[in-house]
Amino acid sequence: MIDLNFILLALTAAIPAGTPLLFGALGEVYAERSGVLNLGVEGMMIMGAVAGFAVSLATGYVWLGVLAAALVGALLALVHAFASITLRVNQVVSGLALTMLGLGLSSMIGKRYVGLPLPARLEPLHFPVLSDLPIIGPLLFRFDPLAYLAILLVPVLWFVLYKTRWGNTLRSVGENPAAADALGVDVARVRYLAVMFGGALAGIGGAYLSVAYAPAWIEGMTAGAGWIVIALTIFAMWDPPRALLGAYLFGGVRVLQFRLQPLGISPNILNMLPFLLTILVLMLSAGQVVRRRIGAPAALMVAYSREER
Amino acid sequence: MKAPFRIRLERRLHVSRFTQFVTLTLALLLAMLTIGVVFFALGVDPLFAYGRIFTGAFGSAYSLSETVTKSIPLILAGVGLTLAFRARVYNIGAEGQLLIGAIVASGLALNFPDWPAFVLLPAMFIGGFLGGALWAFIPGLLKTRFRVDEVLTTLMLVYVASEAVNYLIYGPWKGPSESGFPITERFSAAAQLPRLFNTRIHYPTLLLGLLVAGLIYLLIERTWLGYEIRVVGENPAAAQFAGISNWKIVLLVLMLSGGLAGLAGVGEVAGIHYRLRNPTGISPGYGFTAILVAWLARLNPLIAVPTAFLLGGLLVGGDAIQIALNLPAATIQIFNGVILFFVIGADIFTQYRIRIER
Repeated sequence: MIDLNFILLALTAAIPAGTPLLFGALGEVYAERSGVLNLGVEGMMIMGAVAGFAVSLATGYVWLGVLAAALVGALLALVHAFASITLRVNQVVSGLALTMLGLGLSSMIGKRYVGLPLPARLEPLHFPVLSDLPIIGPLLFRFDPLAYLAILLVPVLWFVLYKTRWGNTLRSVGENPAAADALGVDVARVRYLAVMFGGALAGIGGAYLSVAYAPAWIEGMTAGAGWIVIALTIFAMWDPPRALLGAYLFGGVRVLQFRLQPLGISPNILNMLPFLLTILVLMLSAGQVVRRRIGAPAALMVAYSREER
Repeated sequence: MKAPFRIRLERRLHVSRFTQFVTLTLALLLAMLTIGVVFFALGVDPLFAYGRIFTGAFGSAYSLSETVTKSIPLILAGVGLTLAFRARVYNIGAEGQLLIGAIVASGLALNFPDWPAFVLLPAMFIGGFLGGALWAFIPGLLKTRFRVDEVLTTLMLVYVASEAVNYLIYGPWKGPSESGFPITERFSAAAQLPRLFNTRIHYPTLLLGLLVAGLIYLLIERTWLGYEIRVVGENPAAAQFAGISNWKIVLLVLMLSGGLAGLAGVGEVAGIHYRLRNPTGISPGYGFTAILVAWLARLNPLIAVPTAFLLGGLLVGGDAIQIALNLPAATIQIFNGVILFFVIGADIFTQYRIRIER
C-alpha cells in the first residue's frame, strides 16, 4: 500500500494543504517580530475566505477576490493594532475578540454563499514539458499560482527581515522599542504596518481555502487553522524558512488524515491529529527555545509608551 | 506620513467604582451601537433585531427562565476563569473542559444507571469536576514543566475534547435504541437533575454555581492563597521574591477553573439533555462566552453572576433572532467579539486619562 506512488501523492497534496498555513504563519512572524501578538489569525483567515469567495463570485475574477481578502485581513488587523498599540489593551484578549468577531461576521455574510459553486476558481498551472515530467512534474510543476507565491514569499520575507534596513527596524522595534524610539523610529507606525501586513497575509491564506483548495464557502471552514498558524510561528522561531517547513508538515498531516480514513480508523480520532501534533510541536519548540537561548522577540506583548519606559 | 495629532494616555492614580460602572455601561452601549451599524450594513434592521433579542431574553416568564437556564454553565465556567485570569493564567479552553465534564458524567450515568440518585448525581458532579480539572492539568503541566504557553494548548484541547465527544457518540457510546442517531441512550431517572416547576432550570446546578461564586470570592479576597494568586498575576517577579511557588499557583488555578467548567458540563447533560450528544448541542460555546463573563465582571467572581445572566440573555435572544431573521448560529459571536473589544477598551479609559495633543 505504501509505495512510491502513495508517497508522491501525499507529498504533492501536502503543499496545497499547507499553503494557507504558510501565508498565515509568514504574516504572524512579521507581526510578532514587531512585538505584537495577534491571536486573531483564525478570525482574519475566515474573513479572508468569505471575502475571497464573495468577490470572486461577484466579479468573476479570482485575483480580485484574493486582493479583497488581503484588504479585509488588513482591516481587521487594524482593529487589533489600534486596540493593542494605541490603546495598549491586553493583546491576548483583543486577539480573541477579533477571532470571535471574524467567525461571527463571516458566517453572517457567508450565509447566502453556502452551497454555491465558484466558476472562477484558482486552477493549478500547467507548464509545457515541465509539468508532464514523471515524478518531478506533479511534485514541482502542477500547483496553482498562490501556492507558488507563498513559496516565493519565504526567501523574500527572509531577505527583507535580515538584510534590509526595514527588516532591521522591524526587529529592533520588537526587541527593544525604547532604543528604536531613541534612534528616531516611529515605533507605533512600524507596529501598525507589521500587524496589518500580517493580517493581509492571513486574509490571503483564508482566501486560498475558499477559491483554490475547497473551492467553496463552508461556515467555519478554517476549522482551527488560524490557531495552528500561531503555534507554527513559535515552531518557526519567528523565522520564515522554518515556517515553510512547519506549514508543509501540517499540510502532510492533513493529507494523512484523509489517507488513513479508509483503514478503518475513526475520522474523529484522525481529526484530533493536527491539534495533538500542535501541542507536541509546541513542547519541542519550547525545549529548543530554552536550550538555544533564542526565542520570542523580547518586547512581544509589551505595549510601548514613551512616558512609561 | 506624519500624524496630525497624538493620542497620549496618562495613568490615573485612583479609579472610583462609579467611574468603573459608568465607563463599562458606556462601553456596552457603544458596543451595541457598533453591532447595530454592522447589522444595518448587512441588511438586518438593528432595531428589530434588538427588540427581538430583548423580548426573546427577558420579555416573558418563559424567556426569563431560559435566560437563567443558560446562565448556569456561564456562572460556573465564568467564575473559574475569573480565578485563572487573576493569576494571569489564560485558560482559553473552558469549552473543552466543559465537554470533558459532560463525558465523564455521561460515562457514569450510562454505566451505573441503577445507583440511587443521591449517590449517582454527586458522583457525576465529582467525576465531571475531576475530568475538567485533569483536562486543564495537561496545559498546566506543559506550562510549568516545558514552558509551553497555555493559550494555545488549552485551546487545542478544545478541539480534541470536541472530537472525543464525537467519537463516543458515533462510536462506542451510540445508543442502540436511538435508530442510528449519533446520541447516547437517555440517562436513567437517577441521573437526571430536578428542574424548577416546568422550566429547564436545573436548580441544583444553579445553587452550586452561586455557592462556588461566593467561595471563589472568599478564596481570592480573604485567604492567604488568594493573596498569592493575586501577587502572581500582578507581579510575578515580586511573587518569586516573596517565595511564592509560581508553578503551584499556575497548576492550582488551571485545575480549579477546569474543574468548574467540568461542573458546567455535568449540569448540561444531567439537567438539560439527559444524554451525551453533539458537542455544539451540549454547549453553543459556553466556555468561550465565559471568557466574556469573566472580563465583563472585571475578574470579580461575585459580579460574574450578573454578567453571566446578561450574557445568558444574549444567548437566548440570539436564538430568537436566529429564528426570526434566519441568521446562522455563529451570529452571536459578533456580539461576543465586539463587546469584548469595548470592554477591554473601557478598562483603558478607567486606568488612563486620554489626552489628544496637536
